[in-house]
Amino acid sequence: MSDIPEHLLRRSAEAKAKALGIPVEDVLAEMTGEAAPTPMDIGEQPKVETVVAPDPATPAAVPVAEPETPSQEPTPPAPVMAASSADAGDVDYDAAATKAGMPASLLKRSVEAKAKASGASPASVLAEMLGEEVPAAPPAASAPPPAEPAPVEEITESVAEVVEIPIVEPAAAASVAAEPPAASRSGGATAVAARPLAQPEAVPEGVRTQRLLTVVKANAIQQVKSEPTDKVNTWPHLMIMEFAALLAVTAVLIVLSVILQAPLLESANFNATPNPSKAPWYFLGLQELLSYFDPQIAGVTVPTIIGLVGFMAIPYVDRNPSTKPSDRKFAIFMYTFFMMGAATLTIFGVLFRGPGFNFTYPWADGIFFDDLKDWVNF
Amino acid sequence: MANGIIEKVKEQATSVWEKVHGSQVAESILRPGSPFKKGYSDTPRNRSYVIMNNVLYHLHPVKVKRHGVRLSYTLCLGGISFFLFILLTITGIFLMFYYAPTAEAAYSDVAALSTSVAFGSLVRNMHRWGAHFMVLSVFLHMSRVFYHGAYKPPREFNWVVGVILLLLTLLLSFTGYLLPWDQLALWAVTVGTNMAGFVPVFGGQVKFLLLGSVEVTADTILRWYVLHVLFFPFIIVIFMAVHFWRVRKDGGISGPL
Ligand code: HEM
Repeated sequence: MSDIPEHLLRRSAEAKAKALGIPVEDVLAEMTGEAAPTPMDIGEQPKVETVVAPDPATPAAVPVAEPETPSQEPTPPAPVMAASSADAGDVDYDAAATKAGMPASLLKRSVEAKAKASGASPASVLAEMLGEEVPAAPPAASAPPPAEPAPVEEITESVAEVVEIPIVEPAAAASVAAEPPAASRSGGATAVAARPLAQPEAVPEGVRTQRLLTVVKANAIQQVKSEPTDKVNTWPHLMIMEFAALLAVTAVLIVLSVILQAPLLESANFNATPNPSKAPWYFLGLQELLSYFDPQIAGVTVPTIIGLVGFMAIPYVDRNPSTKPSDRKFAIFMYTFFMMGAATLTIFGVLFRGPGFNFTYPWADGIFFDDLKDWVNF
Repeated sequence: MANGIIEKVKEQATSVWEKVHGSQVAESILRPGSPFKKGYSDTPRNRSYVIMNNVLYHLHPVKVKRHGVRLSYTLCLGGISFFLFILLTITGIFLMFYYAPTAEAAYSDVAALSTSVAFGSLVRNMHRWGAHFMVLSVFLHMSRVFYHGAYKPPREFNWVVGVILLLLTLLLSFTGYLLPWDQLALWAVTVGTNMAGFVPVFGGQVKFLLLGSVEVTADTILRWYVLHVLFFPFIIVIFMAVHFWRVRKDGGISGPL
């Protein structure tokens, strides 16, 4: 955690302190590892590094990621994981479903999944979900055990991560899914689903129910590497910039098009080869090369090998991991040299080549490039 | 008196607007969090919704790195390349209405844009200069990416996709070059495709495939027209989709340096 920038740490500590209603200093101390974590702390424990490169031998060790609720309401403290094995009898899902306001089949499925994961009986899980008194449950609400990691350990090695669904407003849950705050993003892929909150008042104060949604394998498809970063909302910050760029480009293009007429020469005539004949400007550097070298070299090897394969290979050839300009002087030199060379050849081809593709001075003999003529004569 | 009427009209207009704005139709069109929706307020949650509850979510994440938003980082060059592509599509569709890809009609159709089509020459100019700009901005974007070292892991593959986009941009521009069917078009393309003919071993075949013949002929127009208005745009859109997707999945914009 020590590599988190100070201001980010501070910001997330403040948010958390506000949510939990405890002093910022406590949260900070706990985040920096100077104090024992409070029950809410599950989201903080995972080290980024563990997730990025999980030790293949202990994939199950990857901790639980728990997104924070971005809303302002105080977040209720840790959930109750009822370990009670009492009342294992039949469960009346239909009645419970009516009470919870959701289809009985769904309720049944989630209760069973949770019961299986937590080792509790379906009845006690159900009771807890509905916010009823949990018979014979340990005094969880007052002193919650570090409940979440437990199911992780119980499930086999293939488990990377248990994704929990804090019960929040569906809206809030959706935004959590999109963008968990940086400090709590230490986990890998985090799946969060909103459960329709039929009876918010049914959940007693101070109790947050959670359920197992899914188990994500350690080597998920996505490359998940989250580091604490300073982020801003795309709307409005980025989109305003884009919109400004869009307007500017459109304006420039329209003004230019009003002023400058695109060239249109005489109708195509196979019998009248213009002198010189020039390719479009982006191929003129090549045409220039062709005038020096054997076409087999300039027309093929240069563009296809260097131009395509060579360019595509750059990231695989340049193994230097640094992006600091001072560390990559050679790469920058090579690219600049190559680009300058191409630009020089192109400018040469455009401006300094006249009839017969012979050398001319544009200021003496004029410009032999139709796409540019009007720009200059304007 | 007059004031009273104005007041009344205003009231009426407001209440009609309120009704329309709050109607089921408006509600069904605007998803929660849309800034145009009735009762929108500028909250962090709604700021997320503007992107997330919207087709925009296909292009942008809800949040982006702060430094990536600064104009000085990307210079918006990738975005400008993309936007120029959109402009070229729009102006290109307009041009298609007035252009027939045959040796007899092509030249006079293009010439007629300047004489007998409203805004014809403006749109043609925009299409042509816009195409040059796009080639330029893609080059500059590539350079920006290089100087930032933004092709380094995990973004190697997106660089490869980028090179393909560059190639496609050049091909789009080059195939369009022939279509006015004037002397400039004919001979620039002749010179350009002659270079392709120098490919060893199957140079001749490549050239034949490009031109539909051994030389640029009247048939080449139709072939390049189809490539220009359908095939390459189709391919480039696919690669752009991959490109943008990878920008996001590779962890957003690179940096800060
Ligand atoms: C039609 C052409 C292209 C379009 C529309 C396009 C669009 C974009 C956009 C919108 C971005 C986001 C960041 C930015 O605006 O700079 C981006 C990033 C990127 N582009 Fe392109 N691009 C194109 C061609 C290329 C080319 C030719 C290359 C390289 C050979 C390239 C390599 C990259 C890379 C590596 C990134 C990630 C940069 C970073 O994370 O900082 N793209 N592209």
